Amino acid sequence: MTLAILNWLSGFTALRAFSSAMGMIAGGFLILLLLVAFFAPWITPFDVAAQNLANANAAPGWPHIMGTDEFGRDVFSRVVYGARTSLSVSATAIGISVSVGMLLGAAAGYFGGMFERIVMTVVDLTWSFPDILIALIFVAIIGPGLTSTTFAIAIAYLAQFTRLTRAQIVRLKNETFVEATINLGATPAHVVLRHLLPNALAPVIVVGMLAVGDGIVLEATLGFFGLGAQPPTPSWGAMMSSGTAQLFIAPWVIIYPGVAVAITVIAVNLFGDELVRALDIRDRVRS
Amino acid sequence: MILKYSIQRLLMIIPVSLAISVVIFLIVHLLPGDPIDNLIRVGSSPEDRIALTAKYGLDRPLITQYFLWIGQIMTGDFGQAIVLRRPVADLIAQNLPYSLQLGGLAFLFSSIVGIILGVIAWASRNTWGEQLVKGFILLGSTVPGFWLALLMILLFAVNLGWFPVSGARDWTALVLPVLTIGFGGIALVARVTRVALLDVGKQDFITLLHAKGLSRTAILFKHLIPHALLPVVTILALRIGWILGGAVTVEFVFGRPGLGSLLIRALGQRDYPVVQGSLLMLALAVMIGTLIGDIAQAAMDPRIREATK
Repeated sequence: MTLAILNWLSGFTALRAFSSAMGMIAGGFLILLLLVAFFAPWITPFDVAAQNLANANAAPGWPHIMGTDEFGRDVFSRVVYGARTSLSVSATAIGISVSVGMLLGAAAGYFGGMFERIVMTVVDLTWSFPDILIALIFVAIIGPGLTSTTFAIAIAYLAQFTRLTRAQIVRLKNETFVEATINLGATPAHVVLRHLLPNALAPVIVVGMLAVGDGIVLEATLGFFGLGAQPPTPSWGAMMSSGTAQLFIAPWVIIYPGVAVAITVIAVNLFGDELVRALDIRDRVRS
Repeated sequence: MILKYSIQRLLMIIPVSLAISVVIFLIVHLLPGDPIDNLIRVGSSPEDRIALTAKYGLDRPLITQYFLWIGQIMTGDFGQAIVLRRPVADLIAQNLPYSLQLGGLAFLFSSIVGIILGVIAWASRNTWGEQLVKGFILLGSTVPGFWLALLMILLFAVNLGWFPVSGARDWTALVLPVLTIGFGGIALVARVTRVALLDVGKQDFITLLHAKGLSRTAILFKHLIPHALLPVVTILALRIGWILGGAVTVEFVFGRPGLGSLLIRALGQRDYPVVQGSLLMLALAVMIGTLIGDIAQAAMDPRIREATK
């Protein structure tokens, strides 16, 4: 029985990312973080929005293990809830980016011609711009807020996934099995959806996972500029934004959310590296 | 030869900048509501409104408006800032030198230190030295710039008092911003340098040089580094844009004047002429950076020149 389960699990090559010590620690941390974000209401000792001006800017100690902010709100509880905002915004944004980018990239790579040239010109154009600049242009158009942050992040990384998918498709298109499928009379949709995309999936998913880390940083940066989550929504970036006013008297208000961002992104990167190793796709993730 | 490539590459800038200018032009027109609502003062009469609409040309077709706008920009007229009530061109002229100074220094700093670190990581491969550099690269490429800036302020400006907290009075105010942007830049350059050296090191001609009995230092400096520098130059050129991106956040945190802090402040105040002007300048800077990088790359690698013939 155990053997059967182990056998079944070994079918998932990606799980080998957990086989190294680094993969275990980074992956374990990410799973823990997801659980914390999910069960936030049961974990947080204080109400995230409860103000207590008598206890404002209190240093870390008991019962506020990470101190309190300028309204006397518990920093620990807000960091925990901030994980929800950061993870969901970044994951949604990258999800959109990956889906649209894969469709565009696959279509460009498969059909080629004028369509490919137009798509790739636009992609190369945005590719040369810093992600923060693209996001700022977008936020300038539709205004601040979490929704526009999500779309801004999605657009900022769209070029990356379009490029990557196209590179995979162009490489696969000339393989014999694809030629055979076409000769057997398969429609373009069948070839792309059933043969090309599944084979192109692994590197795109891994790069997508790494991009979730970049998305978290971008979300925090926009939040820090006051263009992302609006108060009182707890978000790591927004917390640091309001914390700058108290930088000299209550540095913990910016230190802990920043540590949360940094550790999360480092864990995402380390785990992503392990995934690349486990799936043996090092050559394919570089586009 | 290289001249022909440069001219071709330079001509490509024109359609690209037109495309970008269309996007930036549309910012104001895609906003929900009438842009005139942002411009008009409270308590104005309907006649004032019509007069103001005509003054900004907002009663004309969008295409005409675009060409009028781009025509003005060609003559250096970026319009009037709404909140600051000054010509946007003046604001840009005032802020641009600060951005160039910070960006240029940060670029030099991260290139030099990054290449050195990359070579060290390569030379000390399979020892703890490599792990140390790899750890630094991981930190540098993940820690958010604005947070690092805040930590730098806390440590070096507040607790140690070595450098000013903010502003741009003299060179001491430049140290922390340059270090902050440089941290991320160094990590990137070091990573690319290390990987490039590892790649080149595996090639047959290097093995041959070892077999010939050439000393390790000679191989490193005469053969490995020149070959490995090609991808590094590519990344450095792309990095010009990224350093500007980093400068946007870092300028804001350190309260330095510059295009980045101008842009962020204008976004907060919804001062759209300033947003458009500073975005245009930043976009132009990114394009020029990429252009310089492409030309430098073509000058170093004949294969790229051939490919575009």
